[in-house]
Amino acid sequence: MSDISVPRLQHIIASGAVAAVGAWVTYVSYTQQPAEAFLFPRLISTVFVVLALWTFAKACLGWTKVGSGLSGRQFANMLPGLAVALIYIFWATKGLGFYTATAIAFFILLSLYDPASHRELRSWVKRVIITAIFLAVMYGLFALLLKVYTPREIFF
Amino acid sequence: MEFLFYFGDVFTPINFGLLLIGTIGGLILGATPGLSPTMAVALLIPFTFQLEAAQGLILLGAAYTSTVAGGAVSAILLKIPGAPANIATTLDGHTMAQKGEGAKALQISFLASAVGGVFGVLLLIFLTPVLAQWALAFGPSHLFWLAILGVTVIGSLDSKSVVKGLLSGCIGLWLATIGFDDIMGAQRFIFHPALGGGINIIAALIGLFAIPQVITMFAKGRARNDAEVLEVQKHPISGAIAELGRNKRAMGIGTLTGSIIGLIPGVGGQIAGLVAYDQSKKFSPDRDKFGTGHPEGVIAAESANNAMVGPSLVPLLTLSIPGSPTAAVLLGGLLIHGIFPGTDLFDNHPDVAWTFINSMLIGQVLMCIFGLYVAGMAARVAQVPQSIMAAVVLGLAVFGSYSVQSSMGDVYVMASLGVMMYFLERFGFSAAPLVLGLILGPIAEANFIQGSMIANATDGMAPYFLGGGLNIFLIVVVVASVAYSGYMELRTRRYISKEEIMA
Repeated sequence: MSDISVPRLQHIIASGAVAAVGAWVTYVSYTQQPAEAFLFPRLISTVFVVLALWTFAKACLGWTKVGSGLSGRQFANMLPGLAVALIYIFWATKGLGFYTATAIAFFILLSLYDPASHRELRSWVKRVIITAIFLAVMYGLFALLLKVYTPREIFF
Repeated sequence: MEFLFYFGDVFTPINFGLLLIGTIGGLILGATPGLSPTMAVALLIPFTFQLEAAQGLILLGAAYTSTVAGGAVSAILLKIPGAPANIATTLDGHTMAQKGEGAKALQISFLASAVGGVFGVLLLIFLTPVLAQWALAFGPSHLFWLAILGVTVIGSLDSKSVVKGLLSGCIGLWLATIGFDDIMGAQRFIFHPALGGGINIIAALIGLFAIPQVITMFAKGRARNDAEVLEVQKHPISGAIAELGRNKRAMGIGTLTGSIIGLIPGVGGQIAGLVAYDQSKKFSPDRDKFGTGHPEGVIAAESANNAMVGPSLVPLLTLSIPGSPTAAVLLGGLLIHGIFPGTDLFDNHPDVAWTFINSMLIGQVLMCIFGLYVAGMAARVAQVPQSIMAAVVLGLAVFGSYSVQSSMGDVYVMASLGVMMYFLERFGFSAAPLVLGLILGPIAEANFIQGSMIANATDGMAPYFLGGGLNIFLIVVVVASVAYSGYMELRTRRYISKEEIMA
């Protein structure tokens, strides 16, 4: 494995994951009952697994030409934002309430990715103002205009 | 001429107001790099739930039309195409702006967009009812093959790799089967309680188009938006109209190319603009001036990418096959209102169909008028830092997917599909065929089951699904589109390999 380049290894992992899903879908389609309910899934899963294995084999042989993979720098840049987004979606929206969670996540994301200096008071004030405006717009659009009832907030 | 009966419906206060909001909002969204027309329309769908079907479609249609045209603003003033469809516009448009002809470039761009767009919508008006009547002859086996055709054509033509495009389509078709089976009521692939009701199309669309864009912005890090907005000097509109009159050839080539490409399912505006630019250059006596700020280049590219919009809806409204990824999102917008494209649309909901189509015609004119006024503001919006754009789009995606049916499950599905799509895109998979699979999956399955029941009672599966002129024709088209794309992929690779050897 030591002579396998990083993009090739990434392609092997990605296409391997797709092939594993394809194999699972095919297995479930051909083993679950009633068979009539799985007639169409059987048809598509057969094509799915063949194409997935083809892609996996090409990745293993290093024949993959399409897709640049993910560089270490891109991954490092994306990781904090992705972590904040996932915590926001899978925990904070329900745990803290939609508007509270959105305000916190929005402010953290702005602070993480805003190119303006973190040492200037002015840029922090700007971030707070932008967050407040965004929240007001979202509240106006979804709570007042569309009458969407979101889970109860932690503070109110 | 049935469309004329419903022309007045576009001008009711609510409908016209929505048309204005969609047009102006679309121009601003279109000018914002990173916000593609498809993503803009997907994010707008939750706002259409409270509206009637025709009103919702007017908003989405206006946004679709004007995001494509709005992308020209940032292409001309910032050298950043607002959407892939505007890549060809940057070639001459930005050079014109650098020479102090920014206003002229914007004017001819919006005028050419309007002319191309109106022609495209007229094609939509006159071709759609004819094809919809033709679609009456389609039985379950034909509709099954049509759905498969929709997935394979976009899978093979819209992707850089045919195999990965088709695989994306298969993933979409599989995702569409998750949930309870309609006939037997059996559970299928429900590995999480959030999937009990199946995958909600709107939540999936938002996730698949918006979340990868958000993560892409994260991956750029704390990048500063250094794009400089070029100043726009005043220019008389009559001069731009005269310029358009002098370049009828480029206008004609752009409009025809865009219309033809729009009719082919799976081929988007990006190709329309580039092909029209290339053809216009070949036929122009001033071909050497292309790329140096020549108005012909802007006219050809912009008339083509807007001429594509109307025809891309013809296969959608008649045969349920979207002509572009944005049309696929519009199909989702139709289905949530319980309206199915084809004869059902024109026979049972002619008011919805024709008000929507007429609004697109009026929308082209509004887009031209407002485009010139909104251009300056839109260019400023294009300078908004990516950090703000990413956070705004994430917030809208979460609220939008939750508002579909007030379900946290939809938010989880949206996020999971979005993150999965980001990583798949990094490895050459494409969102468009996956979305098509997800949307056309239920249509394909319903017709497959219905067809197999008929087949079992008559000739058997093989003669029913593989026999008959129309079935054979559709199968040949499926195979030909895959084979053609495979051939083109191999040819491109061979060409690149030769270039590498020469280097």
